[in-house]
Amino acid sequence: MAAREGIYGLLAEFDTPGELIRAAQQARKDGWRRMDCYTPYPVEEAAEAIGFHRNKVPLITLVGGLMGLTAMFLLQVWISVLAYPLNIGGRPLFSWPAFIVPAYEWTILFAGLSAAFGMLALNGLPALYHPLFNAPNFRDGATTDKFFLCLEALDPKFDLVEAKKYLESFQPVSVVEVEY
Amino acid sequence: MASGEVKDSPRRDPATGEYSVIAPGQTFRSVTEKITRIVLTPTTPLGWLAIFGVGGALATMLLVALTWLFLEGTGIWGITQPVAWGFAIINFVWWIGIGHAGTLISAILLLFKQSWRNSINRFAEAMTIFAVVCAGMFPLIHVGRPWLAYWMLPLPLTMTVWPQFRSPLMWDVFAVSTYATISIVFWYIGMVPDFGTMRDRAESKFAKYAYGLCSLGWRGSVRHWARYETASLLLAGLATPLVLSVHTVISFDFAVAVLPGWHTTIFPPYFVAGAIYSGFAMVLTLAIPLRKFYHLEDLVTERHIDNMGKVMLATGFIVAYGYAMEVFMAWYSGSHWEAFMMWNRMFGPMGWSYWVLVTCNLAIPLTTLWSRKLRTSIPFMFFISIVVNTGMWFERFVIVVTSLYRDFLPSAWGTYRATRWDYMTYVGTLGLFTALFLLFVRFLPMIPMSEIRTMLPGARITPKKAEEASD
Repeated sequence: MAAREGIYGLLAEFDTPGELIRAAQQARKDGWRRMDCYTPYPVEEAAEAIGFHRNKVPLITLVGGLMGLTAMFLLQVWISVLAYPLNIGGRPLFSWPAFIVPAYEWTILFAGLSAAFGMLALNGLPALYHPLFNAPNFRDGATTDKFFLCLEALDPKFDLVEAKKYLESFQPVSVVEVEY
Repeated sequence: MASGEVKDSPRRDPATGEYSVIAPGQTFRSVTEKITRIVLTPTTPLGWLAIFGVGGALATMLLVALTWLFLEGTGIWGITQPVAWGFAIINFVWWIGIGHAGTLISAILLLFKQSWRNSINRFAEAMTIFAVVCAGMFPLIHVGRPWLAYWMLPLPLTMTVWPQFRSPLMWDVFAVSTYATISIVFWYIGMVPDFGTMRDRAESKFAKYAYGLCSLGWRGSVRHWARYETASLLLAGLATPLVLSVHTVISFDFAVAVLPGWHTTIFPPYFVAGAIYSGFAMVLTLAIPLRKFYHLEDLVTERHIDNMGKVMLATGFIVAYGYAMEVFMAWYSGSHWEAFMMWNRMFGPMGWSYWVLVTCNLAIPLTTLWSRKLRTSIPFMFFISIVVNTGMWFERFVIVVTSLYRDFLPSAWGTYRATRWDYMTYVGTLGLFTALFLLFVRFLPMIPMSEIRTMLPGARITPKKAEEASD
């Protein structure tokens, strides 16, 4: 990512998930879109509050699984029928029931790898640098016991003074500016 | 939560009726500190060093045994005709079975929303991976020329030889390699948020870098969490049929052969239940000393031990049914060979091994695990876990050896005697497992913090009014 200047956003810190969710819901209602919540464990209600309802991980997993199934089954058929036909006790070369097991295993293998790497890719991870890590209170709290709401400067509604006042109306523990 | 709780227990939430498995008085921060301190302390406990020393020494012995094996070949083992499958296959099945409880705890209990598993799933998964490492070694060294093991993979080799996909031994390659891969991925993905916590709490620069790299830059965005939760659930949903298929495929190695004692349809379910039975025993063997040594009694509570005892009781009875069916079918099939095999298994020269198995797997655990008092007695449960681990090893010994050593032709009968190299290899893998597990305990968060947080009272989302009133 190209280095940017200035402010990434404003970060409000809350002590409880309930306060965070109420603030996020209100901000969404008031027209904020470029915002995110940061929590030390999954808080589904906060994702709902900022309007994040569905994700593409299941679709990626399904496609991956079907690819694994097809790839392994066709590979076995190609090997056993065309590339290296072996007469095993007079069984037919295309003995498909025996091919089910490896194909089944590869369905799971590909689906599982797609779920894991698909999730990471959609999340934009690994990303070892992020402006939020510059916030003094973020690293101690976001992975332990604090709940954060970040209004990002890219939102068209964003104005440093106004947004700060707006966030303070939710009575957070603190509101800090996050720099790039 | 499971029913049948003690109604007036202090851990029972009067408002929701839910029964907390975590001891009261824990906050997000106290839990985080309790778990990270074990890893982030610069001093290594002496006890850790001592046990690691023993494990490391045994792992070195494994290296010696393997070096001699590679120089001399499998002739140094006790395997011969007619018992061509000896310790290597027994240990392979035993280790893989142990691994299965880890996947069961992390995947199946997650799908069933059994949140008590959250405290124990991380180290149960670690146990799975290290058990699979030990297990995977055995078929490789058993092939005799392990440097040619890659022939088992469908690779475009220059000699245009391809694997034979109608063999269950080939299915094994895919089942076990998929199992190892998915277990590692599931385990690692589960640790990513905790690596973030470790990164943010580490003091030393090196630890910050190391955990920072492992955390992949995790920052706890709720969008990330949502996808993460979906991926975890999907991985759990995929690991469940996987774990059932792995031991099923391993049982096919036996069941597809036409040998009396192997050629039965009861094998797949009976192998899977046995795997879970021995796996839970191993979780107990590991969890009981760990919680004591690291003072984790608040997180891994008596209720965990009790629940694991219940799972062992249930799977133990499935295993008992499997044994009963083997005996019944030996009689009911009317097959002379089947009947002789079962008689020989019970009363032949190696009959003692059958009775060790019956004592350790049926007589002791299935009579005592009914008692809640005994299930919550920590020393007793540790004892039971060792008994069941022993019994399950003997089960595989009985299946492999007593089915092979007296087959159809009396002139071909033989016997089996393990050599010192067999014992060294087996004990060596126990050492390797111990050493790997201790490294895990020392350097990685052994209890999943992010999952524990969801179970704490602070995670309850209170309505606005109640919160204001409490202020």
